[in-house]
Amino acid sequence: MSHESHNGTMQFKVQFTPDEDVLEHITDKQGSKTQNNAAAQRIVAVKNIIKNVDLHVDEVTSESWREQNYVDVLGVDKEDTLNNGPGTGGGDVYSFYTIKRSNKMAQLATEMARTPAKTVSFSVSDSSEETVSPPANKHTANKTPSKGRKNEFISTTPHRLRKRLSAPNQQSDSESDYSASNSDEELEDKSSAAKTPSKVSQTPSKTPTKKGKKTPASNLVEEYFEAHSSSKVLTSDRTLQRLQTPKLDQETLRKLLDQTPLAFAGELCRMSVQHEALFYKWMLQLHLGFNIILFGLGSKQNLIEKFRTSLLQDSLNIVVNGFFPSITVKSILNSITEEALGHPGTFRSPLDQMDFILQRFKEDPSLELYLLIHNLDSQMLRGEKCQQVLGQLASIPNFHLLASVDHINAPLMWDQSKQSLYNWLWYETTTFNSYVEETSYENSLLVKRSGALALSSLTHVLRSLTPNARGIFRLLAEYQLANKDNPSYTGLSFQDFYQQCREAFLVNSDLTLRAQLTEFRDHKLIRTKKGVDGVEYLLIPLDLGTLTDFLEMEDKDT
Amino acid sequence: MFYELRIMTTSSVSKGCFVFKPSTKKKKTSLTVADYFNEGLKDSEDGKKRFESCQLLWQQMKSQTEQLQEELNKRLFENLIGFLRKSHADFHDKKDDWSCRMRASEIPTAALVLGVNVTDHDLTFNSLADILHETITPYVVLLQSKECPGIKQLLQKLLIQLMGNTADIELDEEEEQVTISQRKMNCSLASLSGWYKRATKKPASPKKKRSSTSTHWESPPVVVIFKDLESFTASVLQEFIVISSGYVQELPLVLVFGIATSPMIIHRLLSHSVSSRLCIELFQSMSCTEHLATVVDQLLLTNHFPFKLSGRALQVLITIFLYHDFSVQNFIKGLQLSVVEHFYTQPLSVLCCSLPESRKRIKNLSHAQCENIRHLSSFMSYVESQTPENQVKLLTNDSFLKEMTQEFLERLTSYHENFTPILRCLHHFTCILPKYPLGKQVRELYCACLEKKVWETEDYNSALLLLRMLAKDEIVTTLQKCVAVLTPYSEKELGHTLEKLEEFLIHFQSLEENTLNGEDEDTSPQKALQKKTDLYQLQKKLLEMKETRRAKKLTKFEMLRQDVVDFIDCIVREYLVPPEMLPLHEVVYFSAASTLRRHLNAAPRVALHTALNNPASYLKTLENEAGSVSNVAPDICIAYKLHLECGRLINLYDWLEAFSTVVHAGEGSDSDSAQQVDEVTHARFIRAVSELELLGFVKPTKQKTDHVARLTWGGC
Repeated sequence: MSHESHNGTMQFKVQFTPDEDVLEHITDKQGSKTQNNAAAQRIVAVKNIIKNVDLHVDEVTSESWREQNYVDVLGVDKEDTLNNGPGTGGGDVYSFYTIKRSNKMAQLATEMARTPAKTVSFSVSDSSEETVSPPANKHTANKTPSKGRKNEFISTTPHRLRKRLSAPNQQSDSESDYSASNSDEELEDKSSAAKTPSKVSQTPSKTPTKKGKKTPASNLVEEYFEAHSSSKVLTSDRTLQRLQTPKLDQETLRKLLDQTPLAFAGELCRMSVQHEALFYKWMLQLHLGFNIILFGLGSKQNLIEKFRTSLLQDSLNIVVNGFFPSITVKSILNSITEEALGHPGTFRSPLDQMDFILQRFKEDPSLELYLLIHNLDSQMLRGEKCQQVLGQLASIPNFHLLASVDHINAPLMWDQSKQSLYNWLWYETTTFNSYVEETSYENSLLVKRSGALALSSLTHVLRSLTPNARGIFRLLAEYQLANKDNPSYTGLSFQDFYQQCREAFLVNSDLTLRAQLTEFRDHKLIRTKKGVDGVEYLLIPLDLGTLTDFLEMEDKDT
Repeated sequence: MFYELRIMTTSSVSKGCFVFKPSTKKKKTSLTVADYFNEGLKDSEDGKKRFESCQLLWQQMKSQTEQLQEELNKRLFENLIGFLRKSHADFHDKKDDWSCRMRASEIPTAALVLGVNVTDHDLTFNSLADILHETITPYVVLLQSKECPGIKQLLQKLLIQLMGNTADIELDEEEEQVTISQRKMNCSLASLSGWYKRATKKPASPKKKRSSTSTHWESPPVVVIFKDLESFTASVLQEFIVISSGYVQELPLVLVFGIATSPMIIHRLLSHSVSSRLCIELFQSMSCTEHLATVVDQLLLTNHFPFKLSGRALQVLITIFLYHDFSVQNFIKGLQLSVVEHFYTQPLSVLCCSLPESRKRIKNLSHAQCENIRHLSSFMSYVESQTPENQVKLLTNDSFLKEMTQEFLERLTSYHENFTPILRCLHHFTCILPKYPLGKQVRELYCACLEKKVWETEDYNSALLLLRMLAKDEIVTTLQKCVAVLTPYSEKELGHTLEKLEEFLIHFQSLEENTLNGEDEDTSPQKALQKKTDLYQLQKKLLEMKETRRAKKLTKFEMLRQDVVDFIDCIVREYLVPPEMLPLHEVVYFSAASTLRRHLNAAPRVALHTALNNPASYLKTLENEAGSVSNVAPDICIAYKLHLECGRLINLYDWLEAFSTVVHAGEGSDSDSAQQVDEVTHARFIRAVSELELLGFVKPTKQKTDHVARLTWGGC
């Protein structure tokens, strides 16, 4: 860096350049420069004027110049920061994986939790250990409680967290969190040394790294591989079972959330008013052949819905919930052809259907259709083929598409040609609304699968069956419940099942049983698995709660 | 049993698509595009005129680009047509000599290298198909890789397109029925060649004569265009070629490969035995950068259109082109967006029209619009430079202001009139310099001139230095080019400049005659060098020479060269003033580069990150604590901030605990709160985590119980 600036007449700022590259550049250039100087001395007289231009520097730094140019034009902009717009280019926001220490989250929590008046002095006495060799630290600090005891707290940290941070200090090693008797043992470091109670008396002698000290230049690369080398998981072993209610079901979750007051209501309102002011502009741009895509944090469902109700009441429009778990491109196309265009026929392939739609729009220029897609980047729609079809639809002149994306990697769905089919205009609409609908379809984390859907479909199907068939299913369900504590339960083998069914006078031959099982399988009520010995095992793919509920209901019915 | 969330009409657990039809009873009162334009404006005044001129301008620009495209493709197409005509000359003559028979089993193929800007290809192919239709053959088939996953679909597509075509042409119901039934029966090349025989025989009948296909040959070739060769499956292509080479005797087939990368791809896709059945000729289209250069040249560097892009905006568009897609179509789209944006956001854009028209419009300007003019920053700085009386007049007297506005606009027009020729002249000079200090392309120079005073930049000064070292013949040829550029303007203001340049040329010519005499004194030091010397002596000599040269008086040529460069410098300073210096430049220059960037090259990740990491930038009530998230921030921000501190896996319990600590920090009574997290916090945490999952920051994992995996790194 410094070299460049004293050699050339201009000052540069190189971005996106790892240290090694810079080093390489400098060493490289120094070499060439000395040569250059020698040459220059010899022909001083001739080189007189050209030297002013110093083309050499120009050449070396042209690459970084270009990048600078790019960032200048498409990256940061002062006028932008006024408009809340994003600051930098995407590259420096999300980078490589680096090692994190396990306690950092708790530390941050204390920092964030403190009220501005109070001060926290969180001093780490073994700071040398931490700063010099983070990877080494990782090995010891996370596994051994010894690290925690060195932390001194002179703070007003909330009690609970303080306890957590200093927990290893006070509690014995038999504390379940960090004990060796953990169920996730296999995933953990198996070195017994780290697990034996002797680790309490462990000295810092364990800290020196196996790798030794690194030169700062290669730090980045080594850190990268360090971070990716071990598959060990270095987190505490506490599970949600420690909570009173480990999992909430959807219903209670919704009730609880309804209780919480809506934060920043005024701000959210202000933002949505801001976005609504753009409605006419969107309409204008949609009509000029662009399609609109909305991005930014927060659910955009309300916004799009409002757009629809305020401007699209008098025109043909289709709303697609991309987050709907079983949405397919076929259902979208079907609703266009059948409901919107009123064509009763079916099509052999989506391609035919596309052709039909294209044809219809070409024939009738007065036909206009607005397609509003919530979450274009959802699991079901992000596929290549699906995007291709939607892109082709979007490229029809009288077909107006307005969509929203939320996923951080959403733009990776499209290549150049799809992007040009879509002809997007991007609008940032950060709403900070919670994604109520989008996350409600029972596929979220942490939420107990209430199984309401499964249970109801189960009863529906079974109600239509013969009593014998219901008995068969019941038998299997009871057997599965009886084995609920057996972790290695793989299912009921067909032969055993047949035997039991015979004894209960439910079937008279294995053929009838097989026919019955096929029917179950078609309704996805059971699953069969081949065991290691080649025998078929039967299993009901439902969780225990649902199964118990089912049996209870059956008992009530009969 | 089903529980349904009936919050809105568009949410259901059984359906994902909802169709809304307008009620048929109500008369359709849907708004037109112009209405949307006007509705969205804050000041609807002049909205209609603005929209009209916007539409008009864009129509003109669009037709101009289309025309350009046509001209650019013209040569390529002519070559292709020539090739097509030639390729099946053999087929017509039915020569019997051996070499011809040899060649006949090969399928004539044109490999069309179009460059990586795939998005522009569609237009090219469509116009190619049109031209072929008109000149060579009615049988043109366009195939795309995504329509042809297998050989069956390919043949089907081929037959449908071909036979559908003839049905259109002949309007013969019987024929149509035949084709439809064939469509369902079998799609093979055998049926195709049978059909071809029938179809080509027809023209002999009087019926066909009527349909004026006289431009076509008697047995026109069947042209099959593969739009994107690279994406076709190799096996499909190979099969097709093998099959069709068997029919090439009966069916004059010609293939056209659209290639984005390099012709090598043909050999990579096709095995030798297959590619030997092709007789390939290569055609190269114009590169996309050249295309862009012409577009810039014809759309931006002319005075046909009143609308102009500012340097910054142009740079955004060019950068997107160069760094992202190489697509001229996208560039034009960006241009369209800037036109729309300009007329939409700038109230004074109503004056952005041809000069006579603007004269009328100025007269009708309302008082509010006059105020708008007064608020323009360029106008303000102009006012400041005026005498006090004038200032008062400008700020209070509307009719005086209108007069001045008229003058300003005229000044702008004449500024543009002079700007472009001088820019081109300067470019002629700078583009011959080594290393192109001011850019190789005229657009780079244009950007530089638009953005600031070009003569104050370092690049310009280094360019001038280099210009002072030019050889004579270079100067002369460049001067001649400049004269050619300026000749159309001889009547106008630039006439004087033109005269001056011509004068220089004459001087140079006379110099040539003079130097013939005084040559020997110049060469004398050169001779001294030719003696045998050692290195030391040489160095000494060179040093001496340098001394003498410095002392030596400039030759006549050098003096003249100085004069030329000085003159160039002088006209640059006079004419290439950046537009920001002119009053009312806002009327014609679109300068909201950030708008363009935000809509065309958005950064959704960054927006997400900013919102999560620094919600205060959106939620103004949060006190702005330089990038930190306080405990009153939205839940998702807190959860996000906490997760940044984690490694690859995140323990949900720990996360929840930390979350609850932060959330309850504000309440003060932290010490006594129970060990357990209360349910509401739990629920809020669940919501935050599911939202982060939706956004793609975490995902559930089975590696360890109650853990989630983190998916992004960095971001602190």
